[in-house]
Amino acid sequence: MSWLVVCPILIPLVGAASTALLRGSLPAQRIVTIATMALLTAACAALLWRVNQGGVVALQLSNWEAPFGITLAADHLSALLALAAAVVGLCIAVFAPADLEREREAGGFHPVFNALLVGVGGAFVTGDLFNMYVWFEVMLISSFVLLSLGGTREQTDGALKYAGINLVATVLLLLAVALLYALTGTLNMADLSIRLKDVENQGMVSTVAVLFIIAFGIKAALFPLFFWLPAAYHTPATAVQAVLAGLLTKVGVYALLRSFTLLFTGDEGYTHGVLLGLAGFTMAAGALGALAMGDIRRVLGFQVVATIGLMVMGVALNTPLALAGCVFYLVHDMLLKTGLFLGAGVARRLSGGTALAGMGGLYAATPLLSLLMFALLASLAGFPPFSGFWGKLALVRAALEAEAWVMAGVALAMGLLTMWLVGRVWGEMFWKARPAGDAPGLASLPAAGRAALVGPVALLALATLAIGLWPAPLMEISARAAAELSDPAAYIQTVLGAREGGAQ
Amino acid sequence: MELVMAIASGVMVAIAVYLLLSRHLLRLLFGVILLSNAANLAIFTLGGLTEGEPPLIGPDAEILAAGTANSLPQALILTAIVIGFGLLAFALVLVYRGYTVFGTLDSDEIRAAEPVRGSGGEGAP
Repeated sequence: MSWLVVCPILIPLVGAASTALLRGSLPAQRIVTIATMALLTAACAALLWRVNQGGVVALQLSNWEAPFGITLAADHLSALLALAAAVVGLCIAVFAPADLEREREAGGFHPVFNALLVGVGGAFVTGDLFNMYVWFEVMLISSFVLLSLGGTREQTDGALKYAGINLVATVLLLLAVALLYALTGTLNMADLSIRLKDVENQGMVSTVAVLFIIAFGIKAALFPLFFWLPAAYHTPATAVQAVLAGLLTKVGVYALLRSFTLLFTGDEGYTHGVLLGLAGFTMAAGALGALAMGDIRRVLGFQVVATIGLMVMGVALNTPLALAGCVFYLVHDMLLKTGLFLGAGVARRLSGGTALAGMGGLYAATPLLSLLMFALLASLAGFPPFSGFWGKLALVRAALEAEAWVMAGVALAMGLLTMWLVGRVWGEMFWKARPAGDAPGLASLPAAGRAALVGPVALLALATLAIGLWPAPLMEISARAAAELSDPAAYIQTVLGAREGGAQ
Repeated sequence: MELVMAIASGVMVAIAVYLLLSRHLLRLLFGVILLSNAANLAIFTLGGLTEGEPPLIGPDAEILAAGTANSLPQALILTAIVIGFGLLAFALVLVYRGYTVFGTLDSDEIRAAEPVRGSGGEGAP
């Protein structure tokens, strides 16, 4: 069953190739994309079930023994995040055809969107550092195309800034990977984990670790490297915003999570200290930035930054509880941010703009959407019956247990600011009277696309409520993922030990 | 030889950083190209440099002779060059597109996505 590990890469790859071949027929592309994402969700669920039953799954490609060949490996963390990414992909595959203008969709949305999922899946399951760099590039080039698809003035500006900083991040990542190879003579992450401890020049290892913090920090939008995100994320079409916000920065957090538990554990006081400080500033900058914005898309862009800070705090604290909270929050945040961006997109269609000052009256026009958005925003602020509460609770508790008082304070202050923000945003969008005329209700949307637009938002809002009401299963899996991260012996054993067992 | 290559790579990085700090987008792009080549050169040097000794296993040997250059970094560079080429080709088209849309390549004047407050683009809260 270890071939399941290859599914998060292979299924969207087939999807990308077939949608590219079906260039002439948009309806066929839509069906293929939705089918691909549904299949991907099923395969990732099977992978998670398999990992949950039998522990880490590793696959040596072409039977080249680790550490010489490329290894794919999935532990609880990889499988869980791949599943969350697949669910996000499915929601967007349903939403996108109803939302995108015809020329944007026909201009290559489907193949590129599938290709993006290939990169995301590859980054989650790869066990080889250089291979991870390659998957990051697959994601990067796909996101370039998605971001500039349509080519409006705003988009061109956003894409220029996004491309500029990310090209630099790419070079830094490549250099960091190569330096690690020079230090240890291996690129297999499990093998690296063992050999990095024996490197004489530990100062050099810390230097490389900081290079990784910068490279992954740009990808994940850490302070002070996040300015590209609020400059770019609000410019493309709604469906594309949701893909970027739901997946890309989270892969950066995953990379930090993986490398700073498996590889760089030698000088925690320094490397994790740097990460912790950056996490605090990221939370503060994101929460304050969101408050200062007057456009719903940009508010959400800054909130992406703020929650990245919260998750990186979990990585930096590096206790089992903090890691479990981080994993839980990561899954919650992937679903939540997608839902928020999609919901805001629907509200934008109804009220004809995204400036908060010009919105309003949507509650009278569409109570359903208002309630769905209320659930999503409340989850963002961390109100109890929703999933955001449990993730934040675990992370703040971990900070208190680690006696990181300042960080716990910053996290709570960020929660308070977010609560204020959420009240303001929901009030402005839905509750206050509309400045000019009545807002049209959901009935004004084209009948064919109505279910496709509201359905994914409803699904994601219900998901955050369901996880909030029954947090135990997800928390249990997150705790197992955290246990594997804190003690990577099983991961290393499975990846390197597979050579005795031959092809599993 | 390694020393010369290391210095060359360092000089390239210095020039790249100077170009990256420019407000002109085309110079920024040149900076990125130079930076990625500097990284490739650094990786090439990391693998060791030997003159006249190709990393080939002789007919009656099982492993490489000691002291030969490691050929894996060279394979890594090949991959990185291909990836870099694709990304830079896209970036070049993007910069050209920016020039046709905005009529300028001065990044200070390109503010379509983030209009300056008070210029009417964005409503203050």
